[in-house]
Amino acid sequence: MSERVPLHLLSGFLGSGKTTLLRRMLDTPALGDSAVLVNELGEIGLDHHLLRHIDGETVLLRSGCICCTVRDDLGAALKDLLNRRARGEVPAFTRIIVESTGLADPVPILSTVAADPTLRHHLRIGRVVTTVDAVNAGLQNRQQPEFAKQVAVADRLVLTKTDIASAEPIFPVLRAINPGASVHLVMDPSLDVADLLAEADTRAEALAWTTPPSRLRSAPAHEAGVHSFCMVFDRPVDWVTLGIWLTMLLHANGASILRVKGLLDVAGAEHPVFINGVQHVMHQPLHLDEWPDGDRRSRLVFIVRDLSRELIERSARAFLGHVPEYA
Amino acid sequence: MCGLCGIVGNAPHWTDGVPGPSVSAPSASGPAAPDTPSRRRERQERVRGLNRVLAPFGLTASDWQAHAYIIATRTGRSEIVDNVAHLWQAAARLRGKPCDPLDPVLIARLEGDARP
Repeated sequence: MSERVPLHLLSGFLGSGKTTLLRRMLDTPALGDSAVLVNELGEIGLDHHLLRHIDGETVLLRSGCICCTVRDDLGAALKDLLNRRARGEVPAFTRIIVESTGLADPVPILSTVAADPTLRHHLRIGRVVTTVDAVNAGLQNRQQPEFAKQVAVADRLVLTKTDIASAEPIFPVLRAINPGASVHLVMDPSLDVADLLAEADTRAEALAWTTPPSRLRSAPAHEAGVHSFCMVFDRPVDWVTLGIWLTMLLHANGASILRVKGLLDVAGAEHPVFINGVQHVMHQPLHLDEWPDGDRRSRLVFIVRDLSRELIERSARAFLGHVPEYA
Repeated sequence: MCGLCGIVGNAPHWTDGVPGPSVSAPSASGPAAPDTPSRRRERQERVRGLNRVLAPFGLTASDWQAHAYIIATRTGRSEIVDNVAHLWQAAARLRGKPCDPLDPVLIARLEGDARP
């Protein structure tokens, strides 16, 4: 099988600077071999980048990027794009960037790829980048449940409008919802937007999510009832039982489990295993060659909405027969 | 999975096999996990584990040809599924609501089972 093309997702509220960030990405030579799927071509103001129209919904930019409009069906748009790539009708892009609509739940986009055998064969989920507007983040967090979801599913958070409002009050809000994502400032002159889409080193990612323990202690539930916590297990985890428990938990409560990540000491396995899920969508688990730090205990990090930490812990204990304890 | 035979084309699930350098980790859409003795043992363990959890809901699980699982009610209604994630969807259809691992009755039952 040829290497799968990463599909990166650009998420963020209306007016949070998502399109501005996308425009910056389109200006970046290192991202010239991208296919970008947007809601409306007119909105990103591509005129000075335009090389030619391929058809009514697809344009080729001078950088080599292809930009397409998605009408209703993202899955169909992605398949059409892959077909045209295979036929040589569009440049052989090496990544896809999908811009989600401002108020949309980004998870169905990830589910589209994970659930469709054709798309799964050709694509893999890459980075989820979410823009957060420093001026309105507090209000959005209180009033819009989608805000927490967009923050929770992010691998990278990009704070915008920090020239108007201080970023400081936003950090604890973001950390409480998503303790593992890296946070960047769009105004930072050293920010390389290509880096936002770079592959994460699995070891570093596992470390960022599961240490230091103090960062992963259960944060007080914020206004929308979203909180994160870490369970640390005192003995190796049985893989089969964990699979039963987690698939059952995600099926029954997937809408309330915004994120699950874990670094696991699996019974009988030599290497630690890193698991990563967004609501119902679980990425393929990865093994690490070695533990990223001296702590070899299994750790599971959850970001949940309106779910009792104690109940999840008790359920894990009943299924797995372990005594999870907080770090 | 083929709806007729239940065998051809079922993609491996993330729960199939512990990922590691010595185990062929399932690819996103590659062939199904090989039918090795260790995989068969793993499937047997999974069926045992599933039945422990499904019993309080009046459901049973069994292996089918080492390629699928059958989930059934006490009255004999059944569905064939290709992985454990699909099994929970089928369980919800068969009983009319999801099997929730946070269900206090289930947790109490499992805790009772674990007591010596």
